[in-house]
Amino acid sequence: MSAAESLFDKLWNSHLVKAQSESTPAIIYIDLHLVHEVTSPQGFDLLREKGIGVRRPERTLATLDHSTPTLPPDANGQRPYYTAQAHRQVQALRDNCKEYGIEIHDWDSPYRGIVHVMGPEMGATQPGMTIVCGDSHTSTHGAFGALAFGIGTTEVGHVLAKQCLLQSKPKSMRIKVDGRLPENVTAKDLALNIIRYLGMNGGTGFVIEYAGEAVRSLDMEGRMTLCNLTIEAGARAGMIAPDKTTIDYLRGRPRVPQGDAFEEAATVWLQLASDEDAVFDSEITLDASSMRPSITYGTDPGMSLDIGEPVPRADSKSHEKALEYMGFEGGQQMSERNVDVVFIGSCTNGRISDLRAAANVLSGRKVAPHVRMLVVPGSESVLRQAESEGLHEIFSTAGAEWRLPGCSMCLAMNGDLVAAGETAVSTSNRNFEGRQGSGSRTLLASPETAAASAVLGHVASVSDLDSVEIS
Amino acid sequence: MQAITKLTGPILVLEQENIDTDQIIPARFLTATDFDGIGEHLFADWRLDANGEPKPGHVLNEPRARRSPILVGGHNFGCGSSREHAPHALLGFGFRVVISSQIADIFRSNSQNVGLLPVVLEADQHATLVQMDGEEITVDLEECNVVVKTSDGVEHCWPFSIDPFARHCLMRGLDRFEFLNQAEDAIVAFEENR
Repeated sequence: MSAAESLFDKLWNSHLVKAQSESTPAIIYIDLHLVHEVTSPQGFDLLREKGIGVRRPERTLATLDHSTPTLPPDANGQRPYYTAQAHRQVQALRDNCKEYGIEIHDWDSPYRGIVHVMGPEMGATQPGMTIVCGDSHTSTHGAFGALAFGIGTTEVGHVLAKQCLLQSKPKSMRIKVDGRLPENVTAKDLALNIIRYLGMNGGTGFVIEYAGEAVRSLDMEGRMTLCNLTIEAGARAGMIAPDKTTIDYLRGRPRVPQGDAFEEAATVWLQLASDEDAVFDSEITLDASSMRPSITYGTDPGMSLDIGEPVPRADSKSHEKALEYMGFEGGQQMSERNVDVVFIGSCTNGRISDLRAAANVLSGRKVAPHVRMLVVPGSESVLRQAESEGLHEIFSTAGAEWRLPGCSMCLAMNGDLVAAGETAVSTSNRNFEGRQGSGSRTLLASPETAAASAVLGHVASVSDLDSVEIS
Repeated sequence: MQAITKLTGPILVLEQENIDTDQIIPARFLTATDFDGIGEHLFADWRLDANGEPKPGHVLNEPRARRSPILVGGHNFGCGSSREHAPHALLGFGFRVVISSQIADIFRSNSQNVGLLPVVLEADQHATLVQMDGEEITVDLEECNVVVKTSDGVEHCWPFSIDPFARHCLMRGLDRFEFLNQAEDAIVAFEENR
């Protein structure tokens, strides 16, 4: 009998084109390659340089998301690109996809969206797959029991050309989260707690499998939020074994098999799990019931606290520098900080359940007058669904801006910026210095916390709203 | 890609921990369709003011910064985004080697792919090096060691480990793609047997 394998072992072994040797890396086959405008142009150049085509265009899927405007076109139909160069980059992707026969979800597509929102929605993301993209948040797709990770542009070229990657096998870690998350504690809070526990580099060199009751209890969108943030602890990939929740989410989506073929596929997918006696290089068990709504206070996603706790006092030079950048002092209450901007969106929290959660908080309430709030759906599908439920009206009535899908203010390369010195409560994934614009200060939190902070105009959790009457 | 075997030169120290790729190259510089000139935007928000002028007093604006082929960064260097623009910007600025006590996974593999040598040293060795800003050291990829002479006159030789294939390619300036290309038969066989 063969040795017990983890889910990661199974995915790795079933995609081995060539095993690792002492002097050479493994070659692994890639089932799905997601492409966007920012990290692909130089990858396509490799094809031109070598005079070769895309090996498997049908395994490649492209979208526009990072540098696209979220404001509508003008009267002449012109999209307000932030720079001419950004526009040219989008055009380059369009041209490359046309030249190499790749399916692209352009402005006219009903599916266009952030690459990690669109892939799952279309059913392109499936259990058992290897999935890569020139984007570190590719870890999102691991929520479906796939091995999914971000790659660099050179590797984008490799996958376009050979549908394969050179890889050394990472170590494995299992994080088991026992118990249930308390009310008002979301997948985002769970992820922030895990990153706080591991530190932003605690996962470096590992692939993480999430398990335990609290993880099983998450819906698919919550699981995507959790896996998405795996890279923020330094691990390239996070994954969750498929179960009924996974299958129910996928059934009927455009790119999955339909009818009986789907049920057959589902039977195979449900077998994808770590063997009971699988061995991991590292095992961690956490308790969900002790977790609380959380928010970051520093300049890396590991620097978070339970809302209501004071800002920790600096215990290192780097910590001190982070507090200085953020304008916090050790011992200070976060609720003392006024909020200038609130951003709901991104591949972390730009899905329909995130928008519903934010709308639920905003319904009958107003965004504080000094707060600018942006709500950016993760995809055209999310936008349509939200509008069909009237969520956009709740946002607009509350005083928030309802925008078009894209990465937007998460990395602020499309002109959706937080100004220097301003504080943003953001549902995105990185609070690095200047991430949302030079000099911007980012506090990462759940959509619920972001919306509550928008209403009160300072850092707040949903429970702080109890005293605010709904008009 | 330029081969790198052995390199001697002064180090430039950026002591801060967790230097992420958004610092190395902010997102607003990612809209180009090539990597030409990207070194000019390296650490733009640290190094340059709002008008793009060098901030006086920043170590990266000292003339020696351009003459230092070896960057010593704080723990967990290169964390964050997968943007390959980060190692390209470091190369474009003039660095050939990055040393830290931990280097993030994606940044490390991107660096190896584009010809920037990532070196991870033990914490105490790294701590010693951080105190030696501007001093000359030798990084030897052939021998896989870093040779440092400390102020007490003692010469230290610190071994480091690196993936053997990455070492092979970096030392010869080889494009890793060729290795993939040579595996065509195995790829075809895999696709046929699925």
